[in-house]
Amino acid sequence: MTSAMMPSTYLAEGSSPGAWLLTTDHKRVAWLYLVSLTAFFFLGGAMAVLMRVELATPAGDLVADDIYNRLFSLHGIIMVWFFLVPSIPATLGNFLLPLMIGARDLAFPRLNLASWYVFIFGSLFALFSVVAGGVDTGWTFYTPLSTLYANGFVSTAALGVFIVGFSTIMTGINFIVTVHTLRAPGLTWFRLPIFVWTLYATSLVMVLATPVLAASLILIVLERVFGIGIFNPDLGGDPLLFQHLFWFYSHPAVYIMILPGMGVVSEVLPCFSRRPLFGYKAVALSSMAIAVFGFLVWGHHMFVSGQSAYGSVIFSFLSFCVAIPSAIKVFNWSLTLRKGEISFETSMLYALFFLGLFTFGGLAGLFLAALAVDVHLHDTYFVIAHFHYIMVGGMVTAYMAGLHFWWPKLTGRMYSETAGRIAATVTFVGFNLTFFPQYMLGFDGMPRRYHTYPPEFQFWHVLSSAGAVVLAIGYLMPLFYLGSSLFRGARAPDNPWNATGLEWQTSSPPPPHNFETIPVVTRPAYAYDMKGLEHERFSPHRPAPP
Amino acid sequence: MSGTESIVFDSPRREWRADTFAMWVFVGSEAMLFGAIFLVFLFAHIDFGPAFASASKHLSLPLGTFNTAVLITSSFTMALAHMFALHKRWRPAVWSLLATSSLGVCFLVVKGIEYGKEIDEGLAPLLGLPFRYAGPDPVHAEFFFSLYFTMTCLHALHLVGGILAIAGLLAFWPKARPGNRQRRVVAVGLYWHFVDIVWVFMFPVLYLINR
Amino acid sequence: MSFGVPFFPQEASSEAGHVDALFYTLLAFAVVLGLSLTGLVVGYAVKYRVGSPADRTGRRSRTMALEIAWTTASLIIAFIFFGWGAVLFVRREHPPADALEITGLGKQWMWEFRHPGGQREINELHVPVGKAVVVSLAAQDVIHSFYVPAFRIKQDAVPGRTTHIWFIATEPGRYHLFCAQYCGTQHSEMGGWVTVMAPEQYTSWLNGQGEGDTLAASGEKLFRALGCSGCHGAGSKVRAPVLEGIFGRPVALANQQTVIADERYLRDSILNPNKEIAAGYEPVMPSFDGLIDEGELQMLLAYLKSLSPRPSAGTKT
Repeated sequence: MTSAMMPSTYLAEGSSPGAWLLTTDHKRVAWLYLVSLTAFFFLGGAMAVLMRVELATPAGDLVADDIYNRLFSLHGIIMVWFFLVPSIPATLGNFLLPLMIGARDLAFPRLNLASWYVFIFGSLFALFSVVAGGVDTGWTFYTPLSTLYANGFVSTAALGVFIVGFSTIMTGINFIVTVHTLRAPGLTWFRLPIFVWTLYATSLVMVLATPVLAASLILIVLERVFGIGIFNPDLGGDPLLFQHLFWFYSHPAVYIMILPGMGVVSEVLPCFSRRPLFGYKAVALSSMAIAVFGFLVWGHHMFVSGQSAYGSVIFSFLSFCVAIPSAIKVFNWSLTLRKGEISFETSMLYALFFLGLFTFGGLAGLFLAALAVDVHLHDTYFVIAHFHYIMVGGMVTAYMAGLHFWWPKLTGRMYSETAGRIAATVTFVGFNLTFFPQYMLGFDGMPRRYHTYPPEFQFWHVLSSAGAVVLAIGYLMPLFYLGSSLFRGARAPDNPWNATGLEWQTSSPPPPHNFETIPVVTRPAYAYDMKGLEHERFSPHRPAPP
Repeated sequence: MSGTESIVFDSPRREWRADTFAMWVFVGSEAMLFGAIFLVFLFAHIDFGPAFASASKHLSLPLGTFNTAVLITSSFTMALAHMFALHKRWRPAVWSLLATSSLGVCFLVVKGIEYGKEIDEGLAPLLGLPFRYAGPDPVHAEFFFSLYFTMTCLHALHLVGGILAIAGLLAFWPKARPGNRQRRVVAVGLYWHFVDIVWVFMFPVLYLINR
Repeated sequence: MSFGVPFFPQEASSEAGHVDALFYTLLAFAVVLGLSLTGLVVGYAVKYRVGSPADRTGRRSRTMALEIAWTTASLIIAFIFFGWGAVLFVRREHPPADALEITGLGKQWMWEFRHPGGQREINELHVPVGKAVVVSLAAQDVIHSFYVPAFRIKQDAVPGRTTHIWFIATEPGRYHLFCAQYCGTQHSEMGGWVTVMAPEQYTSWLNGQGEGDTLAASGEKLFRALGCSGCHGAGSKVRAPVLEGIFGRPVALANQQTVIADERYLRDSILNPNKEIAAGYEPVMPSFDGLIDEGELQMLLAYLKSLSPRPSAGTKT
């Protein structure tokens, strides 16, 4: 297909609300998710900014303690379940998975749309909890605080998270089946882009871990509403049981959040280095290793909880083991750059920042896996800094990299590279300014979830609060230049970055059913060093192979 | 796009494979849900074995056994439906499906009677109902009944889901193409068997421990 | 307000130095590895930027040897850090036998401590320098966590069980005591100070707190008031196990098992007597669950422990 006789794109398929809200096109469902998740991201982010402003002074002078507790609880609940868990899979994954494997849609298009409605339905419960009076249990819902003592709208929030779990499971099943049954001819498992591998690993974790969260949330709601006592020591229950169940989900959930980010970076780095991904198989298999090992390390959240000391030793050992596949990935990404021809487009900048932030976040994880050190650092700002380096520095940065990388494909428009590079840099600076001081706070012994704090911690808190403002600006900027690109951006060519991958072989934006004819794959992924591509680099409108 | 329901599949066989595979993945997910609850029960049982054993004697073994038989029979009729559908013998397939769902309803009715009996005896620690229990260690007996109601209600909800799935299957039956009828029977059948198997585990764990 | 910027926390316990040694080793490792990776990436990014004259021949095609090498290296380093951390951690389980035992009770939102002599303090904890101290922790309502950053120790206090933490303070001074586990509205206000004093000062401080009953003596009064002595006392009509010297000894159970009568066993036997019935006795004891609070339970435990002939903390003042 040449641009002259371009078929209608998926965006031209109708613009009425019905055409969007009743669509089963995975590309449009991805947009539904993108818009709703962006709203949640800024809602959760606004809460974080409020918290940081409050923490600029040791006293609790901006908001009362109950409000502060609600802020961090809702920040966690919203960011984890209504942004991070669905973020890359439901938006970029939804859009790209069928394109990358040469399929016309996901295996179950209607299920895909249904999962968005379930997500929205669940999120209404959570929003109701926010409006009605908030939740003050922390995102972890620890019992017996959440079951017997908390005075917020815990049940509705837990129900919201429970319902969103269904949407997660539906997406997971859809992705797994799609990868198994809808790969294009010639697209063997070891020719799959790493992004597909990570989505597959993520989906496995989603399908197998989310039900356990569902079980623990059901038990919480039953305990609050019906008064049964599974976690209540007065009725023979055990509060630690909840922590076991909760972390059995929530630790793998960390990998639900980070794995797709690793996938995005594995696409972006080779493209802008013009090199194949170094150690493709190691990176692919380490994703699966992370998904499997991720199920065995939940107890490292409970080293000081009173669980058996020897249990803790085993969990510590396994936690060090799960660090290895991540380390392997970092080494492979770094060496991908070697002898490349590196250019610094916005998404490459984000990917490089990801590499740095993920490395420093991951290294901090070693401190927390080492038992004796974790005793000191557990439940302090060190932990906050660690997982924000992974979740925000890693995951959100990768999300931004992916959004910029595939924006031309999503919209058919180019955005301003200058604005993009500035935003990436502002984000990077703001992020480090916000969260690096929190490592220091944690080592100095500042506990997390504190509304007020001793004055000697103020220096680091002020730095962190200042950083939060810079970070917020960095995240707001794309709203403007990406938004304006929708109307004023130059038309995007089909393959603006000269990337490999089937998604670039169709037009930008893709036609309603992705491919005129299903492509046949004859090459491994990331064949940036192969002869044919040198030629292709200058002919972006390459027809799909017959 | 001959013969396939959705444009994403190029052949009905692939579509069939995808459906069955999806159902297996879903069953795996459900197994994790019940697995978690079973694990909770297991830990509690280790801690409070004697209390649980004496509490379980207050459950109605005849009703529980009867229900187990009902569900196993329903699995059999489901398997019949599967077989008939594959041979395109539509009329017996519909009758088997109807029998399966009636057995499911029968299970729920008996379960309801059993709940009623337990509530009358004051064994339901729910909704602020008084808990009257004569045996030793009433605190942990109460815990047992909490778990009992949680687990059986969860299972009953899944059974309701199965019955609704069969109802939906039958509602769309007249208009469906043969291939789609078969796919759906296979998928719903898989789910039905899973729900039965969960009960087959639940029955000995709740009713027969240390009896 | 001080303008001193805190970089490194104080070290004020025997463990702090050990933990910090591991921490700083990890830090050195993290900084070296992190910076060299950063250097590598930045170096490559500059050297191989588009249009640079760098030599790009000889791109390697075989990666296997390298993959195996760095996987093995990462594993070895990880196991070293694991072992080091684990060895230090397991020490937490074994307090010295002659440790001073203080009970700590967390409740929304304060810490309540009782010294062996019965002295009670709220959100303040006075301890002598150079002496091992065990704090046995209980929680009245929700989970709390006893955290003294300067000692590098932390332990959750969990409703329904007793947990322990021990330390030897090495530097006199006042140190922050925090609750590290989020426990509701005033979580950040829950805490205070640990005051480490020279032993003689500690003794005079104890004396200055007024003469009260020792913790064990309060427990004994409670033991009579609750009617425990009616059955467990010598010469009572109901046959109940004799409790003299029971703490720390093995107990044969009716189900042919044997357990050590530790704090968990005693706690369960008071709150949930039918769970583990001593062999040869009828299960007639009523549960005291809901009748006594955590503080009273701690007194009873102190009394029962004081009946044991071994030199346990409860017998000394």
